[in-house]
Amino acid sequence: MIHLQQVSKLYRTDRVETTALDNINLEIGKGEFISVMGPSGCGKSTLLNLMGLLDAPSSGSVALDGKAIDRYGDRALSRVRNERIGFIFQQFHLVPDLSVVDNVEIPLLYRRMSNKERRKAALAALDRVGLGSRTHHFPTQLSGGQQQRVAIARAIVGRPNILLADEPTGNLDSQMGDEIMGILEDLNQKEGTTIVMVTHDPRMADKTHRVVRLFDGRQVQ
Amino acid sequence: MFAARTPEVHADRMLGVYRLTLQGKDDTETSQPGYGFLDRWVRPMAKLPSVERIAFVTEAQTVVSYLNGRKIQSALRRADGEFWRVLDFDFVEGGPYTVADDQAGRFVAVINETTRERFFGGRPAMGKTIEADGQRFRVVGVVRDVPVLRFSSSADLWVPVTTAKTSAYKEEWLGNFYALILARSHADLPQIKAEVQSRLREAEKQLPDPKTFKHLYTGADTLFEGAARMFLPAGGAVANPGARLQAALLALMLGFMLLPTINLVNINLSRILDRASEIGVRRAFGASSRTLVGQLLIENLVLTLIGAVLGLVLALGVLRAFNVSGLIAHTQFQLNFRIFFYGLAIAVFFGLFSGVYPAWRMSKLHPVQALRGRSA
Repeated sequence: MIHLQQVSKLYRTDRVETTALDNINLEIGKGEFISVMGPSGCGKSTLLNLMGLLDAPSSGSVALDGKAIDRYGDRALSRVRNERIGFIFQQFHLVPDLSVVDNVEIPLLYRRMSNKERRKAALAALDRVGLGSRTHHFPTQLSGGQQQRVAIARAIVGRPNILLADEPTGNLDSQMGDEIMGILEDLNQKEGTTIVMVTHDPRMADKTHRVVRLFDGRQVQ
Repeated sequence: MFAARTPEVHADRMLGVYRLTLQGKDDTETSQPGYGFLDRWVRPMAKLPSVERIAFVTEAQTVVSYLNGRKIQSALRRADGEFWRVLDFDFVEGGPYTVADDQAGRFVAVINETTRERFFGGRPAMGKTIEADGQRFRVVGVVRDVPVLRFSSSADLWVPVTTAKTSAYKEEWLGNFYALILARSHADLPQIKAEVQSRLREAEKQLPDPKTFKHLYTGADTLFEGAARMFLPAGGAVANPGARLQAALLALMLGFMLLPTINLVNINLSRILDRASEIGVRRAFGASSRTLVGQLLIENLVLTLIGAVLGLVLALGVLRAFNVSGLIAHTQFQLNFRIFFYGLAIAVFFGLFSGVYPAWRMSKLHPVQALRGRSA
């Protein structure tokens, strides 16, 4: 489903050149739940950004369902992100001025559908993560765990078949982390969603099908 | 102020000679034209087929009256009989004095409602006597108040030119008179303007003080051009005062609009900085650069329109306060929706304009950087 071939990513500034990823080859199959582990700065988030088409590799290629996306323009990439990929971030990245349900609706704003359909889908996604009673709250009125659930609802509202989660439990205590992990496992098992999760937590990684380990930008396992 | 309203109902086919400049090597004098100049060089134009009639009227001067020991100040104009036929006042009592009254030097007066109120307590004034500037006039007509911004017509009382205390005005080239020229049609105005210039060149050959003054400048102006000529230094000598004033007002408007625009650009840039994370999220969930640019421009437009509505409410409040205050005598300001919509169009343009650069900056924002909360 996601295929990375000889992918490298370099960051250049005036003085230094940093290799964030070095010759990564990775195949992620449909319905897989994999975790990416490694020390800070080893390139985990960069790898996730490349898979999520938020960034382009310096060399190598990224393909989705066998289609290389190297030559996709901004609009085409945006469309693929919108229809096929959902993101969950460690910092949640909820828009503070929008209510919970409005936050969840964000991905659907970029699709052709009525307000009614959009609202219905958002409420269903919130129900799915157990937050059906908090729809009109604002993010600041919620706990960290609840905010992450909203972020998951936002990620799944468009029914993408790939979820990319960047340390989704990193800012949560273990109980809340387990709850979030439960939701992700459920999505993977019941809906067949392909999930790639960056984590530092071996306990969480153990619950996934496979672990990809990175060190200094290289894949070590 | 310049529109065709009572009494200048024919403003679209009316010109005035409002200002005159005499220029010499060492000396330049600018003021209203004198009766002598107008009588000799402008009055004969009444015979032109394109001219319907010509009236002479002085600037309004403040005169003092005493009524039962009470001091009353009024604005007085001396106008000839044609004045009442060039302009169309709204009479509430009687009527205007005539050309014959003026020629005969009759001490008659037309007063406005405010003067009637002050002198006669609002009771009918026809036939009664009013004292002003040490002279006594019989009231022959009462008109509705004219806003003081109507600079060629407004006054509290109007009396014949010939009632002036001396006849020295008859010789003056510079004085305190206006000539109001009523054309037969709007299309005749350029021809009349050209004719005034042509007569001016003739007049220049017969200047009253040729040793001091060599050149003579004036023009037949619309109300707007006339007002412009009054604002401009050495206004009599300016060839196209209306265009000058328009350019100055345009520059002023641009200045007024550019400052908030620059401010708005900065505000928009900081908004992007503040909303970098939101922009990153929207990009991640499928918003293209183009969509986000559109979003920012629409946000700007909505803010501009909200500003316009607030501006409209504020303008109505200020105009009402102005009208109640009586700061400008007899003036009732009203909102001109045509001007408001012009203003709105300009505001919308600058509103969008101020969003273009920030939107362009936003379109260059890398989603990964944006998610990290960085704007560059």
